[in-house]
Amino acid sequence: MTIFIQQVINGLMLGSVYALLALGYTMVYGIIKLINFAHGDIYMLGAYFGYFFIKVLHLNFFIALVLAMAVSAVIGVLIEYIAYRPLRHSPRIAVLISALGIAFLLENGMTYLYGSDQRSFPQAIKTVQYHFYGIQVSNIQLIIAVTSIVLMLLLTYVVKRTKMGRAMRAVSADPDAATLMGININHTISFTFAIGSALAAAGGVLIGLYYNSIDPLMGMTPGLKAFVAAVLGGIGIIPGAAVGGWLIGILETMVQATSFSAYKDAIVYAMLIVILLIKPTGILGKNKREKV
Amino acid sequence: MDQTHIKYTLSWAAMAAMGFVLIFMAQMVGLIGHYGVTTIVLIGINVIAALGLNLVVGISGQFSLGHAGFMAIGAYATALIMGVLPGVMGFIVGMVTGIAVSGIVALIVGIPTLRLRGDYLAIATLGFAEIIRIVIMNLKITNGPAGIFGIAPFVSWQLVYILAVITLIIVVNFVRSMPGRAIIAVRDNEIAAESLGINTTKYKVIAFVLGALFAAMAGSLRASFIQSIAPKDYAFMQSIMILIIIVIGGIGSMSGTVITAIALGILDTLLQNFGSLRMVIYSVILIVVMLIRPQGIFGSRELSLKKWLFDGGDGHDTDHTENA
Repeated sequence: MTIFIQQVINGLMLGSVYALLALGYTMVYGIIKLINFAHGDIYMLGAYFGYFFIKVLHLNFFIALVLAMAVSAVIGVLIEYIAYRPLRHSPRIAVLISALGIAFLLENGMTYLYGSDQRSFPQAIKTVQYHFYGIQVSNIQLIIAVTSIVLMLLLTYVVKRTKMGRAMRAVSADPDAATLMGININHTISFTFAIGSALAAAGGVLIGLYYNSIDPLMGMTPGLKAFVAAVLGGIGIIPGAAVGGWLIGILETMVQATSFSAYKDAIVYAMLIVILLIKPTGILGKNKREKV
Repeated sequence: MDQTHIKYTLSWAAMAAMGFVLIFMAQMVGLIGHYGVTTIVLIGINVIAALGLNLVVGISGQFSLGHAGFMAIGAYATALIMGVLPGVMGFIVGMVTGIAVSGIVALIVGIPTLRLRGDYLAIATLGFAEIIRIVIMNLKITNGPAGIFGIAPFVSWQLVYILAVITLIIVVNFVRSMPGRAIIAVRDNEIAAESLGINTTKYKVIAFVLGALFAAMAGSLRASFIQSIAPKDYAFMQSIMILIIIVIGGIGSMSGTVITAIALGILDTLLQNFGSLRMVIYSVILIVVMLIRPQGIFGSRELSLKKWLFDGGDGHDTDHTENA
């Protein structure tokens, strides 16, 4: 039983990072219907910025986290401005390929500039293990959990209570009607990219601290899995991304603990397919009636 | 079968033969060396895979991100059978088996998932391709992540050229056949097509299975040409590389696919000199091409011989290309 609870806790930690990434996917998809394949690479950039701020500028971990989020937010907005905005009225697949181009550019650009080797992330915070009734939790895991939950609450507040959040929901529901109501769609979309990228960067810095290593391709697999998490929870639905992220995190750690550990990713995808077949709109998705 | 049609078909065949002779001559004269031949073979393999995917994505409008999975099936079936059955016979049996297995898997995967729409289908096919890769990576018989080495080479550029031309003929004619028209109707308006009595799922599955067959053929050719295969060759990126070819060429445009596959193959060879900057340049070109021509180089149009040679053909080419 303690092993089970231990795995659930470990899964929740990993899942929190997936959830942070999935939130960005889901918000961007909700607003411009784009699978932003470059999102996982923003997470990678975030980790590199965190590395830079801690290792080179010797900043405090939390200051570095906030700065990495801010810089990544700016980059996210720039990417949208350069590569996605001109294609807003083009076929959706064109934007998708453009997003893939950005993903390649970030991965290979970083490889070109800093090499493809793994770097060890500076241990900005000393690891301390706590034990409760045979369950082991480290302070870094707690930091990951608390930071992600704080960020998610902050996001919920922004989306539910602020003017910008209302604009985001309006644009995602009906862009044309939103324009007629005087909402600046471009600003709203930029803002969405800024928030999504900041959350991804936070995930990157946290995972760097947790796994202690970063490399230019670190965003690929988590990026895909976070997208799976977003679809699983119901894409475009913000709480769905969190639910999906945690679910995948727990499932992955559980499988890791069994003899099927080599198949952990396959099991994640299999679960995705099963859920899509049973409920194509995701766990929290609402069924839309189709009108002819 | 009026006279224009016969003339058109003949000139098409003449052009295909001319390409063959041209490559042959260039090789004889020494214009293209060993490296050039490799490029030509890889281009041909990409053409086969991309035409298959274009049938699924462009003609039937089903967004599949799982093409690499079917290529992997073709490649591994060929490699495994050639390990047991040596010689050309092994290669032929392997390729046919690979194509058959891939078709069956596509059928099993397609029937439930093709009910999903758009991005959900994309992610489901991506999931299946990844599952196939992870299973291959963990099986003993496929030699795990290391893959299979020393596959006997039976693939020459001539074989790939002929198979690519055959693929093109099959795909283009299929698009204009009754099932092809039905598939286009389903793509353009599923509800309208259904109300006309077209079994939408059936035609989507047909396109999907056909795409998988060509993917397996490409995978099989590649296995024997490269002489080694590993699961990482068939990761998500491989699906994306094929998708890029059809999107840049223009979704639904078969001539666009062929020309883009050739152009990207040549670009790739030229960029080899840039070392690690290669992929950076490649990605910038990709973004710029998409920004300049979001609908792809050819849009949904076809480069039509008929329009060039016999101006004002009977509209055989134009009717299916106007939509999309």
